[in-house]
Amino acid sequence: MLLRYILKRILWMVPFLFAVSIVAFLLIQAPPGDYLTTYIAKLGESNEVLDQASIENLRARFGLDRPLYVQYFKWVANLLQGDFGMSFEWRQPVSDLIWQRMGLTVMLSFSTLLFTWAVAFPIGVYSAVRKYSIGDYVATTLGFIGLATPNFLLALIMMYVGVVYFGSDVGGLFSNEYKNAPWSLAKFWDLLKHLWLPIVVLGTSATASLIRIMRANLLDELNKPYVDTARAKGLSEFWLIMKYPVRVALNPFVSTIGWVLPNLVSGAVVTAIVLSLPTAGPLMLQALLAQDMYLAGAFVLLLSSLTVVGMLLSDILLVLLDPRVKYE
Amino acid sequence: MPPTRMRTDMSKPVISIKNLNVGFNIRQGMLDVLHGVSFDLHRGKTTCVVGESGSGKSVTARTILNMVPPPGVINGGRILFNPEGQETIELTALNSRGKAIRAIRGGRIGMIFQEPMSSLSPVHTIGSQIVEAIRLHRDVPKKEAKAMAVDALRQVEIPNPEKAVDRYAFEFSGGMRQRAMIAMALACRPEVLIADEPTTALDVTTQAEILDLMRNLQVEMGMAIMFITHDMGVVAEIADEVVVMEKGHVVETGDVSQVFNAPEHPYTRKLLGAVKRLEEPATAKVRPAADAPEILKVRDLQLHFEKREGFMQRVTDVTKAVDGISFDLRKGEALGIVGESGSGKTTVGRCIARVYDPQAGTVDYEGLDLVSAGTDQLRKSRRQIRMIFQDPFASLNPRMTVKQIIAEPLIVNGIASGKDLDERVAQLLTEVGLDPGMMERYPHAFSGGQRQRIVVARAIALEPRLVIADEPTSALDVSIRTQVLDLLLKLQAEMGLSFIFISHDMAVIRYFCDRVAVMYRGQIVEIGETEQIITDPQHPYTKALLSSVPIADPALRGTRQRHRYVAEA
Repeated sequence: MLLRYILKRILWMVPFLFAVSIVAFLLIQAPPGDYLTTYIAKLGESNEVLDQASIENLRARFGLDRPLYVQYFKWVANLLQGDFGMSFEWRQPVSDLIWQRMGLTVMLSFSTLLFTWAVAFPIGVYSAVRKYSIGDYVATTLGFIGLATPNFLLALIMMYVGVVYFGSDVGGLFSNEYKNAPWSLAKFWDLLKHLWLPIVVLGTSATASLIRIMRANLLDELNKPYVDTARAKGLSEFWLIMKYPVRVALNPFVSTIGWVLPNLVSGAVVTAIVLSLPTAGPLMLQALLAQDMYLAGAFVLLLSSLTVVGMLLSDILLVLLDPRVKYE
Repeated sequence: MPPTRMRTDMSKPVISIKNLNVGFNIRQGMLDVLHGVSFDLHRGKTTCVVGESGSGKSVTARTILNMVPPPGVINGGRILFNPEGQETIELTALNSRGKAIRAIRGGRIGMIFQEPMSSLSPVHTIGSQIVEAIRLHRDVPKKEAKAMAVDALRQVEIPNPEKAVDRYAFEFSGGMRQRAMIAMALACRPEVLIADEPTTALDVTTQAEILDLMRNLQVEMGMAIMFITHDMGVVAEIADEVVVMEKGHVVETGDVSQVFNAPEHPYTRKLLGAVKRLEEPATAKVRPAADAPEILKVRDLQLHFEKREGFMQRVTDVTKAVDGISFDLRKGEALGIVGESGSGKTTVGRCIARVYDPQAGTVDYEGLDLVSAGTDQLRKSRRQIRMIFQDPFASLNPRMTVKQIIAEPLIVNGIASGKDLDERVAQLLTEVGLDPGMMERYPHAFSGGQRQRIVVARAIALEPRLVIADEPTSALDVSIRTQVLDLLLKLQAEMGLSFIFISHDMAVIRYFCDRVAVMYRGQIVEIGETEQIITDPQHPYTKALLSSVPIADPALRGTRQRHRYVAEA
């Protein structure tokens, strides 16, 4: 039953992604001009002028003189063969560019996610169960501060504190001597030393909002009659809260997983730039600014696919977690 | 020398509540909700605790298991538990989170609650919840516990217990859920079972079955039952002892026949009187004139709810909520529609008010077909056809004053404004028996009965000719129930109102209605004069329904043969 459901959902993804590819392509074409216009403007800044002939020449080479639908079909045809095209700006295959950065991006995002849940979950449960206790007020206050502080500001403050008071090397994920070195234990250790800062910066606001969500969900559940039933069975307070209301309160929690995956890529671009993290976010921003269409297109497509996959994952989890959710 | 292990005297009460005081610690200080409550529970006996809402019945029950709901605290008195073969335990002295009380909860004292849907976990199987209860108190492996759970389900007469253990609560009907609750509470064979309004949320026919089941299980297991209810009929059916509570005091205790035949306290008499009055038609009832014209003619009314599924949205399931209903209503007449939950009685009312759009049939309201009427025509008819809903708490906007609530239909229809409006509202409030000086207050300042009066005032504000009342008294205590019914009767006599009165409660219908239609699965199986149908029902379903209604007279217990109606497929 579950397998059939998953299969059905995956089949549905095919027409959906096709539609997304059209929208993605149109979206990239939407701003006036193309990569060449941007390129020429850039050259103009350094007082270089291209004559009309070489512009036409370049345009033909990039295939930008063809009609829109031809460009689209060429792009899709190549996509199906796993070829994402060349980045105009980097003069490198798009897939190479993205994969270079994806590894670190995924690692950073998952560490952030784990950090967020590890912190938010127990605090959320605590502040619901001990509503209006001092601990709850402290968690709530910190939560609101965390929600209200922009990530990049927090990043700047923490970098300042790190450099001035602890003299540590902040920014980036590696110290200079390891940046281009092959992987080793020492490099890994260096990575860990750099990783905590972006994790805390990126995770704070998510942690704060998750605490609020968990608290609100659980407060709704704590007064339900089935909690009383469990208590009347002789279950200890800790287990009865964990087994019944927390379990039910997890449902809305799980539904949000779908948004986490696309956030891996596009989330916290500003923070990544401030902390000069070698993740995918800044690359995507740059591609969009430069109208580097194949690179940008690949990113938009990647984001959409990740959203769809994320939603599927959260739906599967929801079905496993809550028997009331039907497969249909 | 006394024996090393003391045998409990079996005649000693298994639970003794002595002078119990419970207070709620609120901002204004300590508010006592129980004032020196004392009574006993005996082995093999059923003690009914009766009282209206707010009398402290549920708090007492929870205090026995030392789980007073916050912000409640026990601030006086004791509860003693005399388990078989052990020394007396003072339950109120135990730590409410400690091991000792947890061993007793579920193990030696079981408890079941009112709402069988929300009292079971929605995300765990019935079986796993029973297995948990067993393994908390018995050192048995999982497999054995599951076998015990199947046995427990079989004992409460759930069909196919082997399959039912792996089902979820939402896959069961209300009655089956309550059976599962009972199975869970009794899985460890407790000496005491506390049942907090276990049948209030159920239909009468299901209630009768659950009461039978509890009585049989008591004979089998010999436990003491503390049965909390507000329904005197249920008390008469199952009680051995009766404890009457009012506002946190025990006002009367005694043997069931003594309490029913010679009630001592005025409150007990008031409760019984309210029930007795509902056993016959109201004396104040004004019958419609014999030649009164028909105000409403319903013909072949139909509304099927379709469940659509899948990509093509094909219809996978059809619920025939209203399946070809026809009846007439005369001017000044009250027609009752009675039936179990799911019989379609509410849907009929809503179709006539055009809250729902019926799919077929006609509703002829004085020459106007309400089914095919357009928006403009409906606007006019809606001034004359008003509705009253069941829950007076939910049907009043908490952010509007009483004046705003009652004035709204008058303003919307441009009937009154300014000083004229104030006078009109004041007059309406007086008419429903409320002080016009209270019109600036918000609904939360009123009790359930008063709120229902406000709802009635709003309904009659436009001087309607037909009122559709959907379970208007179900959420009210018995004593208030008759007051609201009497108010409706008075208004009917004064204004010549016609009523469609939807209820599951035969007694209320008998009190209020001239004629009654019995609904079963979307169809009217029987319709006629109320007295005639109650005294001489023709259709087997009507007979089954009437046989399930508890009679508020313990002397008649067991004199009736109960039967369940099973429709031919």
